[in-house]
Amino acid sequence: MLDDRHGDAFVAFEHVQKSYDGQTLVVKDLNLAIGKGEFLTMLGPSGSGKTTCLMMLAGFETATHGEIRLAGRPINQVPPHKRGIGMVFQNYALFPHMTVGENLSFPLEVRGMAKPDREARVKRALDMVQMGRFISRRPAQLSGGQQQRIALARALVFDPELVLMDEPLGALDKQLREHMQFEIKHLHEELGITVVYVTHDQGEALTMSDRIAVFNDGRIQQLAPPAELYERPGNSFVASFIGENNSLPGVIEEFQGDKALVRLDGGGVIDATAVNIREKGQRTTVSIRPERVEFKPEMMPPGAHTIEAKVAEVVYMGDILRARLAVAGSDNFVMKMRNTIGQTRLEPGQVIRIGWHPQDARALEPTA
Amino acid sequence: MANVALDPHAAVVSTASGGPAALTSADGTPLARALARSQRRARRRAFLLVLPLLAFILITFVVPIGQMLQRSFYNAGFSANMPQVSAWFAETERGTDPDDAAWAALAADLTAAAEARTVAMVGTRINYDLSGTRSLFTSTGRALRGGIEPPYRENLLEIDQKWGDPQLWSVMREASRPVTANFYLAAVDRARDAEGNIVQVDERQRVYTMLFGRTFWLSLVITALTFVLGFPIAHLLATLPLRKSNLLMILVLLPFWTSLLVRTTSWMVLLQQQGVVNDLLVWTGIIGASGRLQMIYNQTGTIIAMTHILLPFMILPLYSVMRTINPSYVRAARSLGASSWTAFRRVYFPQTLPGLGAGALLVFILAVGYYITPALVGGSSGQLISNMIAMHMTSTLNWSLAAALAALLLAAVLVLYWVYDRMVGIDNLKLG
Amino acid sequence: MKTTLILSTALSGLAFAATAQEVNVVSWGGAYETSQVEAYNKPFTAETGIRVNMIAADNPATPLKAQVEAGNVTGDVFDVEVSDAIRLCDEGALMEIDPAMLPAAPDGTPAVDDFVPGALQDCAVANIVWGTVISYNTTKFEGEMPQTAADFFDTETFPGKRGLPRNPKRTLYLALIADGVPAAEIYDVLGTDEGVDRAFAKLDTIKNDVVWWEAGAQPVQLLADGEVSMTTVYNGRVFDAMVAENQPFEIIWDGQYMDMDMFVIPKDAPNLDAAVEYLKFATDTQRLADQARYIAYGPARQSSASLVGLYQDGVTEMAPHMPTSPEALENAVMDDPEFWADRDAEMVERFNAWLASS
Ligand SMILES: Nc1ncnc2c1ncn2[C@@H]1O[C@H](COP(=O)(O)OP(=O)(O)OP(=O)(O)O)[C@@H](O)[C@H]1O
Ligand SMILES: [Mg+2]
Repeated sequence: MLDDRHGDAFVAFEHVQKSYDGQTLVVKDLNLAIGKGEFLTMLGPSGSGKTTCLMMLAGFETATHGEIRLAGRPINQVPPHKRGIGMVFQNYALFPHMTVGENLSFPLEVRGMAKPDREARVKRALDMVQMGRFISRRPAQLSGGQQQRIALARALVFDPELVLMDEPLGALDKQLREHMQFEIKHLHEELGITVVYVTHDQGEALTMSDRIAVFNDGRIQQLAPPAELYERPGNSFVASFIGENNSLPGVIEEFQGDKALVRLDGGGVIDATAVNIREKGQRTTVSIRPERVEFKPEMMPPGAHTIEAKVAEVVYMGDILRARLAVAGSDNFVMKMRNTIGQTRLEPGQVIRIGWHPQDARALEPTA
Repeated sequence: MANVALDPHAAVVSTASGGPAALTSADGTPLARALARSQRRARRRAFLLVLPLLAFILITFVVPIGQMLQRSFYNAGFSANMPQVSAWFAETERGTDPDDAAWAALAADLTAAAEARTVAMVGTRINYDLSGTRSLFTSTGRALRGGIEPPYRENLLEIDQKWGDPQLWSVMREASRPVTANFYLAAVDRARDAEGNIVQVDERQRVYTMLFGRTFWLSLVITALTFVLGFPIAHLLATLPLRKSNLLMILVLLPFWTSLLVRTTSWMVLLQQQGVVNDLLVWTGIIGASGRLQMIYNQTGTIIAMTHILLPFMILPLYSVMRTINPSYVRAARSLGASSWTAFRRVYFPQTLPGLGAGALLVFILAVGYYITPALVGGSSGQLISNMIAMHMTSTLNWSLAAALAALLLAAVLVLYWVYDRMVGIDNLKLG
Repeated sequence: MKTTLILSTALSGLAFAATAQEVNVVSWGGAYETSQVEAYNKPFTAETGIRVNMIAADNPATPLKAQVEAGNVTGDVFDVEVSDAIRLCDEGALMEIDPAMLPAAPDGTPAVDDFVPGALQDCAVANIVWGTVISYNTTKFEGEMPQTAADFFDTETFPGKRGLPRNPKRTLYLALIADGVPAAEIYDVLGTDEGVDRAFAKLDTIKNDVVWWEAGAQPVQLLADGEVSMTTVYNGRVFDAMVAENQPFEIIWDGQYMDMDMFVIPKDAPNLDAAVEYLKFATDTQRLADQARYIAYGPARQSSASLVGLYQDGVTEMAPHMPTSPEALENAVMDDPEFWADRDAEMVERFNAWLASS
């Protein structure tokens, strides 16, 4: 949906690097273009540099190297309060000595807006998050979810075009979180704002985002829409980070077009789609999603290689059955079966042959 | 109880009165009573635990202060040792000229007091109100050791003419009741004249009201200075990386670890006219050798030295509050469009108020009661009311006046505390 | 039960024995206390076997008054100023001391005649005489050096700041002496309103040149730092600075203010007998003369004067440094406790009001 020519992007990072201590790079050569109106999520493990990127964009950290542009304008030298970026903090950062109304009217006051206008705007923003009744409460008198809404309203009340959110739902329980995810997504669509969202909850990232940038070790590992990220992970880190995944190490034996034959370290040969792998004899990690593994011969594509597996354990999980298998030297290979009528029941100790569609097995460069 | 619950009228009554229906615990006792019983035991145990501390505070703090305060309005130095003349005063009205009975009572009391070696105590008490009379009592006491014959008036006047002074009789009348407000009057530069009216003392003698005023003014200035100097340091402490802030904290606490006298003396070395600072100023040519600044042995010296000594009491509460202020508040304010100054003023500073209030209260109260530092570096213009209290405690031994001065000081501080509570709210105070 | 009883009886017997073998002396600390330890305590313990516990106080009269008021006296002998000795005696807190029980001089002169005037009070015996004297820094003047109390007030001829203690007792007399009042008439003049006005008027002439000091160590330091060119100072302190530290100071004995320190025994002293023994021992001719070896305070007995020898450095002749030397006594003002007991509070108030007025 967006080409890589950063000039057209609403927000652009170009060769941005960041180091706090002058010794290690926390962000390494970041290139990222975000389109206007896009909902982009930064997803990655703890310490991978997500917050750092967000802080550089907001102006609270300076980039050690490279350039950040907002609407085509370089903003490296622009102080935070002149960037006009709304921000929702993980701990909400509602001013404890002000009422909800004062909190919301603060950004309008510092912009010199007249009182009647301010009041109208504050009321509108509060109504938008269904918190109109709480205008004269203090933040300490609100529940976590209510504070969350106020923080959201405060970040939006001055009509910023770009809103940054750093794990805004991290402190909420699961049900509330899901509800708020829906509301944020809804507001995003309604207001047409651009959102950069940070989370390390992959479910949240998958349900909300237009695109997800997967961070690891200061680099973007893959930047793609959710489905593509799940279906076609670009490397083994992404594959293992997003969703459940089986990985089998091995060596490329032969190429057949896009397909590759892989000899597994634990014995046996399997079919896979080659991704970023071009040479015979190269080491690889084959990644297969558990729900794409089959054991019934009639479900297997014609000519597919199968491999022997021994059932170690079967766990009943309601909608699915989850079998743990010993395959090619690994005894942690997972297979998921839908719990349908007539589904074959497997017993521990039983020996079966498993296989898959070559498209579903991806031969990736091995993790470093 | 169960019957009551079933009784429809009872339900009506309880609804009508608006109170909650009586809840009962499992064994049928009312919940409130069961709760009270269980809490009572916990309370009793808690009380027993704090009992030693309570006794300690009572013995070492409340009792001495109470005794001290009692001295400020109770002095039986005269009344207990001069019973007959005290009785005469009790029977007659103010303004009555001493008659024969009065002179006889006085002579008898003085003789007895001289015998019992208490006449000096009597004289000391009267001397508090009428300077120069102590020796009148002691010398008369010596003269009376051999006894005294009537006519008492003439014989006493022969020993010393001063016995006829109406002012003396008025003061003795005052002192014949052990409970007196005279020490409080003296503490505000007032006294009673011969007719018992409250008047200001001689102009050359007025010192306490001026010193109270100066004490409060200087304490305010010192509090303001500790705030101006301490706020940035506390902020640095709260925001620097741990290693550096620990070092800075040691520097802040260093004054605590050195003795007060050492600190005060080092200020003398630094600030005196032949001191380091003046030498430096002369050396750099900022001032001429003849224009050395007088920075110590005056108010400036008191302010500088006390600000330094009290600085930690401002910094520590501020620091403990600032440390809890999440940096994201300021960031939030900045992202909402506030310049760094606005963010500080509107968002950061208001959140430091509890620490500031605590620090200011601590510094002010300590400053009001300080005396060693002003005594050493205050010269003539930097003395505080506590120096007079100390003077009366150790030199003139007029403990009653010292107690009255201290009580007034305490009352002023309490009033201040009350005003603070009214304006800011005491629960808004964070001491650490 | 029985054993406990025996044991506790034995213990209390022990405790009694222990208390009988010691005496608690409350004194002023510092070099003065050291001189007492060397001259009195060590020979006393050697001779009698009674242990002496020295307790230091800022002013021993303060704990004494507090102990008496609280009805819990723990000290046996207190070293106090004359005014406090008389005041506390008048209030009946102290044991009366009969001069007849004090040892006579080596030549047989009874104690009553041997002690200097004022040294024997109803309840107190003086041990030393000390002076508040003018001292100046010789490097601060060229040519003529100051000689008299009047020179102290002459900032034209002898420029520089002046050090004075911040209290009326040791400033007003000096102003009057400098104004020409003979030492013997000081208290008569000071007893009148005009006299007090006269003293303050004289003080007014140097008010802006005064550095007020509070503690005894301060004036010596001020003089050494060159902060003042002249100051009044306790003679023992300035002696130390001159002899031990070789400071270029000189003493002006003119207008010396003489005080005595006195031993008193509170009525309820826990070790009364030992206290009396100590008092008799410490105020005999030899002990008082010995003390001058360690500190420049004059012995309160006339018979001690001829026994005063060298300072502990082995070279300094002590006699001329004694506040009781003929030169020092020429124009000396003796402290009048009676006068100050009457007037102290009033004068303190007036003095502070004067200080505050500009
Ligand atoms: N102020 C700082 N000074 C020094 N190092 C820092 C600072 N802030 C972050 N870092 C380091 O930078 C790296 C990236 O931190 P960052 O906060 O960006 O991670 P994150 O991806 O947001 O992690 P999380 O999911 O835990 O919030 C971490 O290794 C962290 O230790
Ligand atoms: Mg983070």
